[in-house]
Amino acid sequence: MFEQLSEKLTATFEKLQGRPRVTEADLEGALRDVRVALLEADVSLKVVRQLVATVKERALGEKVLESISGAQQVVKIVHDALVEMLGGAAAPLARAERPPTVILLVGLQGSGKTTTAGKLASLLRKQGRKPLLVAADVYRPAAIDQLRALGKQLGLPVVTVRAEAVAGDVAAAIGAASADGHDLVIVDTAGRLHIDEAMMAEVEAVVAAAEPHETLLVVDAMAGQDAVESATAFKARLPITGLVLTKMDSDARGGAALSIRAVSGIPVKLLGTSEKLDGIELFHPDRLAQRILGMGDILTLVERAQEHVDAKMAEAQAKKMLEARFTFEDFYAQLQQIKKMGPLGDLLKMMPGMGQLAKQMPEGDQAEKELRRIEAIIASMTRAERADPSLLNGSRRKRIAAGSGTTVSEINHLLKQFAEMQKLMKQVGGMAKSGRLRLPGLPR
Amino acid sequence: MSLFAGLAKTRGGLLARLFGSGEPKVTPEWLEALEEALLRADVAVTLVDPVMAQARDLVAHEGIDTVPKVLDAVRQALMAVLATRDLSLNAGAAAPRVILVVGVNGSGKTTTAAKLAKRLKDAGERPLLAAADTFRAAAIEQLQTWAARIGVPVIAGKPNGDPAAVVFDAIGAGIARGATTVIADTAGRLHTKGHLMDELGKIVRVAGRARDGAPDEVLLVLDGTAGQNAIQQARQFTATASVTGLVVTKLDGTAKGGAVFAIASELGLPVKLLGVGEKADDLVPMDPRAFVDALLPRA
Repeated sequence: MFEQLSEKLTATFEKLQGRPRVTEADLEGALRDVRVALLEADVSLKVVRQLVATVKERALGEKVLESISGAQQVVKIVHDALVEMLGGAAAPLARAERPPTVILLVGLQGSGKTTTAGKLASLLRKQGRKPLLVAADVYRPAAIDQLRALGKQLGLPVVTVRAEAVAGDVAAAIGAASADGHDLVIVDTAGRLHIDEAMMAEVEAVVAAAEPHETLLVVDAMAGQDAVESATAFKARLPITGLVLTKMDSDARGGAALSIRAVSGIPVKLLGTSEKLDGIELFHPDRLAQRILGMGDILTLVERAQEHVDAKMAEAQAKKMLEARFTFEDFYAQLQQIKKMGPLGDLLKMMPGMGQLAKQMPEGDQAEKELRRIEAIIASMTRAERADPSLLNGSRRKRIAAGSGTTVSEINHLLKQFAEMQKLMKQVGGMAKSGRLRLPGLPR
Repeated sequence: MSLFAGLAKTRGGLLARLFGSGEPKVTPEWLEALEEALLRADVAVTLVDPVMAQARDLVAHEGIDTVPKVLDAVRQALMAVLATRDLSLNAGAAAPRVILVVGVNGSGKTTTAAKLAKRLKDAGERPLLAAADTFRAAAIEQLQTWAARIGVPVIAGKPNGDPAAVVFDAIGAGIARGATTVIADTAGRLHTKGHLMDELGKIVRVAGRARDGAPDEVLLVLDGTAGQNAIQQARQFTATASVTGLVVTKLDGTAKGGAVFAIASELGLPVKLLGVGEKADDLVPMDPRAFVDALLPRA
């Protein structure tokens, strides 16, 4: 999501590196570039000024101009300033001492509140909670139907409220929640403008009646400069405890969202990362700052891997690989695991320095297409063929080509690559066995 | 609601600094406030810099140094960017006219499609709506609810069905029923998702098969609160679906939709309609002068 900003900053700093010293003019030039990059990233004007001033002050204070590693220092200063802007440490979701915990979602029209309600219910249920959804948007046509449909998809109950008694019915739903075995109530409300007095009064009444433990402001990551204004206005009237940034899978630079924390003090708690119900993540400011600077996001990558990759299977496969027993069947299983972790482009962006590579792939589509092609080829093989590719004579290859929509030469290519990989892994396995090569975490 | 009624809620603050001082001579502080107002309105920094350079030049070298005069010059410059071409909706190459409504998630497509249908109906047309968002939960119901409200027929398919098929069927139905315009709502999609943009390309092609030369108008709905990303949205959607016009929504809030200037400048895309509220009548034709005045109001 922050590729352009990190590209711009990386380019700026690459200009600085390779010079023996950073001159004052160099610093001013870099600061100008940073200013433009942040503005183009929709960072609020006030915050840009603050950040640039802070960076300049610290850079001079650390005598960057006299240092031989001035460029690296400047990068670190910008990184640290960004982390501060993003709010320091991650902030967890509140939990009531006496259930149910009540979470209220508010925000402008189209920000993604209803989808977030579904995602949040799904996420917290995975953590062992028993959520109840309340559909309190009585204005938008079919808004209640939308939440009901999500509830049905998830197998979770959805309570509706009467248009003439929204606050009261929300309170009643919360009151009855515990008795029905729920320890969590998630309330979706209507999108509203911060300058619409009647609608702001309506949600104030809902807050008073529901007494939420967490009031989350849902903000579109593609929002511009005005996001800070609306967030500040919401905070002035409601007990906003956290921000959810949605549509983070866009290429929006998301600067306005960064600014909300800096200007209003509201911590970012969650990120919406796709339209699917599992597209929600906890927010980690240090990881995001690193992503902006092209430093990758290894921690999120590892987490995703841990969530989706079967550890036992991975270990067994690693063993097989080293003993050259790794077959197409195993490869196919691995591809399925990787698929679950998300689009290849996204994964690449999380690896340090890979951001540039990811950029070269048209949104990771080429690589995805490649993987899909390989998948199709293996899927068209019989069990016996997958276990023993030496069976693959001309007519079998023709059959597989027809079945997978590929050409015989593509199949030949894959077989050749696979054979080479097996040879390589056998060598590695041999070295590991003989003790010449220690591979951390892999069986000996 | 008119653009100005919506605007009335947002005077004061930053803009008061620009106009409230009563002091007519331009000062460096005033120029800074002007730059801030433009950036704050989401006008691209790549556009603000040359505009400000022009303004400073006028003050320094042309002797145009009073606030009202410089503001007028800036307004003219901004209006010139928007004055691309005909701002009315394209006519149909044949009957019925086909309009596709596209854009990223949450921009206001469904509401806009309904408002547009009402607008055409009020003007004496026989519009037909197509519920081609087959992905989002209850999207079909949402448009059906609107259609019933405004008294316009709607063609729907099955949830998770092929959206191109819905558009095809709707155009066929439109031809059979003698509809004058078919308005197809589509699913919100991020321009970064290749497979979703491919799907949109298919919808456009299939529309052309249903009726030669369709679609006649591809409206990209932009959220008025969006920042610089709107420019990227415009680029990608135009590349895939040959966008012919923009609709900027949610202008009844405090956002100014300033991203459209860079879009007009770079892609020559005209803003045709403005969304100024959630009610059926809250869709007004674009007026470049009023739009620029909303950004830099006359005192």
